[in-house]
Amino acid sequence: MSTSAAPDAEAVDDFRREVRAWLGANFPPSLKGHPALLSGHDELHGPPEDHARWKAAIAGKGWGVPTWPVEYGGAGLSDEQADVIAGEMERIGAFQPIMSMGLMMLGPTLLEFGNKEQKRRHLPPIARSEMQWCQGFSEPGAGSDLASLRLRCEDRGDHWLLNGQKIWTSYAHHSDWCFLLARTDTSVKHRGISFLLVDMETPGIDVRPIELINGISHFCEVFFSDVRVPKENLVGEVNGGWTIGKRLLQHERTGLSRLRGAKAHVLDLVPIARRYQETDADGRLADGDLRGRLAEHLMTDHAYRLTLERRRDEGEAGTKPTTPVSTLKNIGAAMGQQRGELAVELVGLNSLGWAGDGYSAEELELTSQWLHSKCYSIYGGSHEIQNNITARHELGLPSD
Amino acid sequence: MTLALTEEQTMIRDAAAGWAAERAPTTALRALRKEALAATGHDPALYAEMAEMGWTGVTIPEAEGGFGMGFAAAGLIAEQLGRTLVASPLIGSAVVAGAILVMAGSAEQKAAWLPRIIAGDAVVALALDEGPRHDPTRLAFDARCEGADWVLDGVKRPVFDGTAADAFIVATRTPGGLSLFLCPADGPGVSRAALRQIDSRGAALVTFAGCRLGAEALIGAEGKAAAVLDRALDRGRAVLAAEMLGSAQAAFDATIDYLRTRVQFDKPIGAFQALQHRAAELLAELELTRSAVRAALAAIDAGDADEARLASLAKALAGRTLRKVAQEMVQMHGGIGMTDEHDAGLYLKRAQAADMTWGNAAFHRDRYARLSGF
Ligand SMILES: Cc1cc2nc3c(=O)[nH]c(=O)nc-3n(C[C@H](O)[C@H](O)[C@H](O)COP(=O)(O)OP(=O)(O)OC[C@H]3O[C@@H](n4cnc5c(N)ncnc54)[C@H](O)[C@@H]3O)c2cc1C
Repeated sequence: MSTSAAPDAEAVDDFRREVRAWLGANFPPSLKGHPALLSGHDELHGPPEDHARWKAAIAGKGWGVPTWPVEYGGAGLSDEQADVIAGEMERIGAFQPIMSMGLMMLGPTLLEFGNKEQKRRHLPPIARSEMQWCQGFSEPGAGSDLASLRLRCEDRGDHWLLNGQKIWTSYAHHSDWCFLLARTDTSVKHRGISFLLVDMETPGIDVRPIELINGISHFCEVFFSDVRVPKENLVGEVNGGWTIGKRLLQHERTGLSRLRGAKAHVLDLVPIARRYQETDADGRLADGDLRGRLAEHLMTDHAYRLTLERRRDEGEAGTKPTTPVSTLKNIGAAMGQQRGELAVELVGLNSLGWAGDGYSAEELELTSQWLHSKCYSIYGGSHEIQNNITARHELGLPSD
Repeated sequence: MTLALTEEQTMIRDAAAGWAAERAPTTALRALRKEALAATGHDPALYAEMAEMGWTGVTIPEAEGGFGMGFAAAGLIAEQLGRTLVASPLIGSAVVAGAILVMAGSAEQKAAWLPRIIAGDAVVALALDEGPRHDPTRLAFDARCEGADWVLDGVKRPVFDGTAADAFIVATRTPGGLSLFLCPADGPGVSRAALRQIDSRGAALVTFAGCRLGAEALIGAEGKAAAVLDRALDRGRAVLAAEMLGSAQAAFDATIDYLRTRVQFDKPIGAFQALQHRAAELLAELELTRSAVRAALAAIDAGDADEARLASLAKALAGRTLRKVAQEMVQMHGGIGMTDEHDAGLYLKRAQAADMTWGNAAFHRDRYARLSGF
């Protein structure tokens, strides 16, 4: 996305020093070691005023989206410089405070397909994390087979008129805007879909949260009745939304694979094991089977993180990254889920708590994360769908 | 330290790939099963060509007469040799024995053997394992001191590349701990018998009966060789893991080809989702293994403190992956995959042998856990 040339090694060192100094002055130590937030709506750990200060500082620098152009709220940096920032944050236990679906999915999509006015209007608030976006793709009858979606979108001269329903819209109840796919032509499947930006305040939109298996509701059903959307909120061409939506899904997969199985990744299983399980005289976990499975998991996870590193190195070296994103997404999801499984196994009977004082906050959180991790292989394209993509597009196997 | 290939590395890889495909396809391995070559377990003419291209000196520093190109480069060569299952003492002799001599050998030992190893004129084999279990920390074989001499008594098996070896580096227990001795294959009281392996490579059972060696045969200090052996083995394990990755990739590629072309129920079997998904899962395994192998080799070249853990990671993943891919190669080929005429069996047998060499996946999982503190 950035056009600046790769800086030489000395310039990188200078930049690294600059980043270090800036982080030292601006990252609140009270937030050290906290997980990166997926949505901006996850529960905050640490003082809220420090979160606000940290977010404002990053936003002011454009370092939430370092490679975006300055005019759209970024810092116009190279990928290599962005890596330096990420690496330096990781080194001191900091996290990226600006991280949202808008940033991960809509931003890069608008940069490619949006018109100047759409970019000027929507990108800076995303870069400063002022506007929250949700993704209105799935419908009750259109999940894996997304192109069978039916939300009706009619051209009413000076506006579009929406009628129908979306489902599984994460964080719709906290979102200011929604990017969605709607049907503008019922006579064709893929070429009858358009990509729209919708203000969630528009009359006729009704949002109802759905409770998840871990007791949290971030999922919503969204109903549209006679919702009027201004003409300028169409991205790209009428009936050209499928291509844009597919590109957005690529960004989603890439983002998800980078999250490394989201929150579960930050669980450090070894200390949990040592706290809850017996060890033998040599300091090994006494339960040999559990020890073997823990090792197996940590090894695979280690190789997964090395694979992310290799992909990044390949990108920097200007060679085509060899590991397909669908493959990465599946490995990342599997790692996050295994981690959740092992965590509750290590914690044993203390993992059975749902609420109340009998269980520590950490134990309750681990159990909740374990339940939540089951979605990693469903959202963003299920495990099976990713395997279909890999088989057909990467391995060139014939379609059924 | 980067996990991407540099331009120079790409050239090395392509040269090795071209040579293996042209000079040593799997038919070369099949030739080893014929009596004439079975005695050595590799084709000396092919090994001479490899030496001529400089591959036997890749990991040996320039100061010691090698080419000092490093372990990442050696891994890329090994990976290409793995594709066609090229049998050679390259890793055992040039990488492992070479590393031991470079790290701990005396000036005389180096002068006597390194030039020959680099020229491909001599094979030096590590005589380490003693029974069904690879465990360098628990050797039974001991060497006793008699006056100024050392006397070795015992049996080593399997000694990889043992049939072709001109000398052995023998790992023994001595009063001070673990010691290594350099012993010519025709040394006093040394005898060997070929072990015919499933992968057609030349391993031997080597007997040392009152083998008397002078003090100059000791490599490094008495009782202090454990660390050297460990580090040399890790170099061998990482390069072997690269070779195994190449074998797994080739087995996978052949299987995908078959899925595209074999027709049943009026369509290519690759159109069946059950097989597509298994293929996609194998690709994920291969990608993880590739990253682990690159990281281990890069860590060794960089002198990274984590090299032991990464070597175990690479070797364990390579073992797991090669086994899985080879098994699926047989399965997805159906009946033809079970025939000796087809290559699937060659990959399966090599998978077992390579996994067991210098610690299988279970061994390295245990070692990884220990090095990670649990
Ligand atoms: C936590 C979470 C958050 C989400 N957030 C959002 C969001 O913000 N916005 C949004 O638009 N959507 C969201 N989704 C929806 C998500 O994208 C869909 O759930 C997903 O695409 C699967 O669709 P489905 O639920 O209709 O399952 P289905 O498509 O009905 O699939 C059911 C099962 O059948 C399998 N299957 C389906 N087709 C095939 C096939 N061709 N081959 C093999 N197997 C197949 C699937 O893999 C799955 O196991 C979210 C989902 C979750 C779990």
